[in-house]
Amino acid sequence: MSDRQPEHYVAPIEDATVEVDALKLKERKSNLWLDAWRDLRRRVLFYAALLVVLVVLTMAIAPTLFTDVSPTLGCQLTNSNGASIAGHPMGFTRQGCDVFARVVWGARTSLSVGILVVVITAVIGIPMGAIAGFFGGKLDSLLSRIGDIFFSIPYFLAAVVVMSVLGQYRSVWVIALAIGGFAWASLARILRAEVLQVKNSDYVMASEAVGRGRMATLLSHVLPNSLTPVIVTLTIALGAAIVAEASLSFLGLGLNSNVMSWGQDISQAQSSIRTAPMALVWPSVMLTVTVLAFIVLGELIRDALDPKSRARR
Amino acid sequence: MKKRGAHLLTYILRRVLQAIPVFFGTTLLIYFMVFAMPGDPITALFGDKTPNPAVLEALRAQYHLDQPFIVQYLLYMKDFFTGNLGETFSGQAVGDVLARSFPVTLKLVIMAVVLEFILSVVLGLISGLRKGKLFDNANLVAALVLSSLPVFVAMFLAQYFIGIKLGWAPVTVGQDTTWGAMFLPALVIALTIYVTGMRLMRGSVIESRQADYVRTAYAKGLTHRRIVPVHIARNSLIPVITNTAASFGALIAGTTITEGIFNIPGVGNVLYQAIIRGENPTVVTFVTILTVVYVVVNILVDLLYAVLDPRIRYV
Repeated sequence: MSDRQPEHYVAPIEDATVEVDALKLKERKSNLWLDAWRDLRRRVLFYAALLVVLVVLTMAIAPTLFTDVSPTLGCQLTNSNGASIAGHPMGFTRQGCDVFARVVWGARTSLSVGILVVVITAVIGIPMGAIAGFFGGKLDSLLSRIGDIFFSIPYFLAAVVVMSVLGQYRSVWVIALAIGGFAWASLARILRAEVLQVKNSDYVMASEAVGRGRMATLLSHVLPNSLTPVIVTLTIALGAAIVAEASLSFLGLGLNSNVMSWGQDISQAQSSIRTAPMALVWPSVMLTVTVLAFIVLGELIRDALDPKSRARR
Repeated sequence: MKKRGAHLLTYILRRVLQAIPVFFGTTLLIYFMVFAMPGDPITALFGDKTPNPAVLEALRAQYHLDQPFIVQYLLYMKDFFTGNLGETFSGQAVGDVLARSFPVTLKLVIMAVVLEFILSVVLGLISGLRKGKLFDNANLVAALVLSSLPVFVAMFLAQYFIGIKLGWAPVTVGQDTTWGAMFLPALVIALTIYVTGMRLMRGSVIESRQADYVRTAYAKGLTHRRIVPVHIARNSLIPVITNTAASFGALIAGTTITEGIFNIPGVGNVLYQAIIRGENPTVVTFVTILTVVYVVVNILVDLLYAVLDPRIRYV
């Protein structure tokens, strides 16, 4: 009676597994962007895509770093469709211009159109999608119907019409508006769907409960937490915009012929495809690699930002 | 069962009603872009060319330019619906040109879509079954690279290597619009777009491989050879089918460059030639027609989705 057994086994203090808690305290600080960065940092493809983007960006900013040869002056018809020689590694176009120089200088058009399109897409698409999703009701119906209309015109065809009509005002801005003026609709749709999900979170209700205005809540809580798909969509849209510009130039609806553009060079080289395929191949390679880099970057960011896909790997 | 039927019917009605503002919105937008520009839209349409005064007069009459803008548009739509589509630059009736060229485009797009479907299902299935293996990785990378090839680059590559170097296919199609002659461009289209369908297939194969009904099938002793086609593949097809249907619409409106490069006498080529020659009134007419077709096909795709997938909520 006196030596009572404890009813349950109680482990001696030194056997207890307190380290579990200690370990948890030491666990790395984690948030979405930090996790995504850790994930990206480990992927070779990410560095490859980034390198391509940086090289093309440098070409666009400072083409003379890559070549001393002028892409327009000093073209000699005696060199027409010539093969590569020393100093001209990619040969010559039909007009006798240096293909390498034209490829380098063409980066500027492609990138500036691509970046402008992304800016225009973001400036129209983000407010349209965010306001429609957050405020809902009649405003949502109105904005979404407007979006539907723009979404229902294949945006390349729309750009073809705009560029045909505005034939005499061809500039980087006009092309970017022709493409971005229609490309925003899909961004608005994606963002609206994301905002609809985010706006039911506890922190959004909390923000409104403590008396923040609707607009302030949207800007400081809802929007920052809905940006993931926006960033992915815009990165991929940059690649798509470069393709659209090249396709318009290919059809003769791009910039004036004195501006270098990969699409235009490809279009002009097509008549010599049998005799001098290299003048066609090099701008095509450059265009494809650049577009691929942006698409890969977008996909990697999507993957890295999606906790589900990370758990699956 | 009866309830589902009734729901489906309301959904269809609703979807068609929703399409009406979209239809008028898109056509109004195109019309607006062309005819609300400052200056005389008709002369603007010709750019730096000097058109025949008789042609100018005919166009002014066709687009009812003496009326206020919205009346112009409504009259234009009335003509559109009554089949009075106007004439192309060379004076052919647009209706006749469509009747001749649309079947060709349809043939090309059907072939491309069938090839896309086969590529998506077969490669997606194998990839899904061998997730993380060499085939899977190679397939994912290949699909990504192919999808970032701009259409005209892909077409030139095919034309140069398969048409000119190897001589396996005609370099251009011309009037010979047989299935065989159009196989190469159709295959190239399929190769540049199969990425989405393939990923959908791969994703649902991976998902259904771990599903309970597949485990049950293995548990009751069925062989792999029976489970893969019957239990895994068949259950993964719905998203691929709807994706294929969606690309059908996009392709009908998007074969301009392909048909131009391979000289296929379809609707896209009519538009291509009009763009190259700067015949803007024809460009506008055909863009409008293609947009309308695109809108209609997209409604049909949505309806197909609703019919195919009983889980969809009719909202």
